[in-house]
Amino acid sequence: MRADQPLLRVAGLSVRFDTPDGEVRAVDCVDLVVDRGECVGLVGESGSGKSQLALALTGLLAANGRATGSVRLEGRELLGLPERELRAVRGRRIATVFQDPMTALAPHLTIGTQLVETIRAHATVDRATARTQARDWLERVRVPDAATRLRQYPHELSGGLRQRAMIAIALAAGPDLLVADEPTTALDVTIQAQVLRLIADLVQARGLTLMLISHDLGVIGALCRRIVVMYAGTVVEDAVATTLFDRPCHPYTRGLLAAVPDLARPDHRAQPIPGHIPNLLAPPSGCRFHPRCPLAVDRCAQEKPALREVEGRRVACHRAEEALA
Amino acid sequence: MLQYALRRLFGAVPTLFLIVTLAFVLVRLAPGGPFDEEQALAPEVKANLERAYGLDRPLHEQYANYLGALLRGDLGPSMRLRDFTVNELIATGLPVSLALGGMAILLAVGLGVPLGALAALRQNSAVDHAVMGVAVLGIAVPVYVVAPLLALVFGIHLGWLPVGGWSGDARELLLPTIALALPTLAYVARLMRGSVLEVLRLPHVRTARAKGLSPAAVLWRHALPPAFLPVLSYLGPATAAVLTGSLVVETIFGLPGMGRYLVQGALNRDYTLVLGKVIVYATLILSLNLAVDLLYGVLDPRVRQRGRS
Ligand SMILES: Nc1ncnc2c1ncn2[C@@H]1O[C@H](COP(=O)(O)OP(=O)(O)O)[C@@H](O)[C@H]1O
Ligand SMILES: [Mg+2]
Repeated sequence: MRADQPLLRVAGLSVRFDTPDGEVRAVDCVDLVVDRGECVGLVGESGSGKSQLALALTGLLAANGRATGSVRLEGRELLGLPERELRAVRGRRIATVFQDPMTALAPHLTIGTQLVETIRAHATVDRATARTQARDWLERVRVPDAATRLRQYPHELSGGLRQRAMIAIALAAGPDLLVADEPTTALDVTIQAQVLRLIADLVQARGLTLMLISHDLGVIGALCRRIVVMYAGTVVEDAVATTLFDRPCHPYTRGLLAAVPDLARPDHRAQPIPGHIPNLLAPPSGCRFHPRCPLAVDRCAQEKPALREVEGRRVACHRAEEALA
Repeated sequence: MLQYALRRLFGAVPTLFLIVTLAFVLVRLAPGGPFDEEQALAPEVKANLERAYGLDRPLHEQYANYLGALLRGDLGPSMRLRDFTVNELIATGLPVSLALGGMAILLAVGLGVPLGALAALRQNSAVDHAVMGVAVLGIAVPVYVVAPLLALVFGIHLGWLPVGGWSGDARELLLPTIALALPTLAYVARLMRGSVLEVLRLPHVRTARAKGLSPAAVLWRHALPPAFLPVLSYLGPATAAVLTGSLVVETIFGLPGMGRYLVQGALNRDYTLVLGKVIVYATLILSLNLAVDLLYGVLDPRVRQRGRS
């Protein structure tokens, strides 16, 4: 570990997909720094490129996808790393929890097998030891009756237990950075809070760095001290949670906040952002948000706004000052 | 699992019963009878024959007698090949057909699965195009074209392999096996290719990669077992296809299998022979389907548990 290096530094990261209809630019020139021990939230409407950004970190894009730019883990460039070396990073340095544990777990393998293979992919331990460690992991994610669960298949577990098992699998090789991509979206509302709490506790207890991805600001706000807002593949605002909630700057962030039902003020109706996310085959010129933006001026359609420091946050908006005024 | 197997086994009994009944009625529904075409058969001789074979009894009685004998495993005497019982005719034909069909299925799966998987893993490569090109041909060209072609090229022109007839030499089964296996092999290869391509895109395979597993582990443990399931399901229909195909192949290569006398038997209204062979075919198909279902349960835990509960 080098003190002068952030754990993760993403710079100019773009993800493009070749499709029969043309090139989809799912992630466009994203800059993002995650320090060791931080909990960073990545928020944005569905389709804004959050998942593809997460997958691009360790080279897990679909076959028609391509990432350019730079992803550095403690200074070491990961983009373009040969598959062999990436394998040592996946699971061991950067682990990912996916959205739907029903499809993200192999239906034909027991939970035990899926835990053991992860442990053994990164450490030279014999099967029996790995099995014991696997049981310990299930206990750590608060799965009751762990020994029995090890022998069960994913479909035999409830949604909540499945996601706990998925978390155990992600953590089993002892990663530094946990990327949780919509970890509670597929779960019942009552279970969501439990799983979030579990993630928060594990992150604290194990000194993990967390990148939590969600379309739900409520989920992000519950766990993250810093929030990165994405829109149509670009980062539009990056701020400390309190700043973001108290004085959102980017018109899109404001829209997101207004779209969250405020339980404290039931008289205020949630206001969805008018319009919809653009077609990424031909994204709008300039600021990708300008067609939906209440503050848009001519310049917004012509010039892509850079992420810049404005009153203690980073924001990509030509009219940031006016927005805050 | 055992309980499930037994239940499925008992479940097959009514199906078999239905097939026997239908076949019994259908052969008799066809115009004419077994002794109609023999020339110069005096009416009293024909009547005697019909009495001897019980054909003078009312239909329901014939049916009851047939079922009674069937329960004892007796398929009765052949009505046209009068020196033989149906059991004897089947006993000589079945081993040849089983060997031929079994080898054809083994070849189709043993070669079709790896070829299909390889084509998928090297999608759009020369290997892929070659495999899929041959597969399209294999599916499109019928057995009765492939079989004589193989016999002509390898048996007669090149003289590598014996063709025509059966002297007990296992090499004589080689060309018929290939001819019989080809369409199924082609279909299996195509099925497996599509299945592997689909499974490779599934989230659980991405999870396997995200965990840092080796490509071999991702492929062999996470991708291939679920990708094989559609092929396994197809084995039931494939057996039926191979059995019908073997009728043609046996005839072309002059092999004394189950197919022998079957068409002739049907044309001659040899009730007992046709019925006996239909029953054997039905039993084969039913038991193979059962075996496939059980194997499916072994590979897919979700099915296994549904069966158990
Ligand atoms: N394999 C692919 N081919 C083409 N487009 C893709 C592919 N995968 C994702 N995309 C596109 O990338 C965009 C961003 O998707 P994603 O990162 O999943 O959004 P989010 O996670 O924020 O909901 C979407 O418009 C999606 O259609
Ligand atoms: Mg997503």
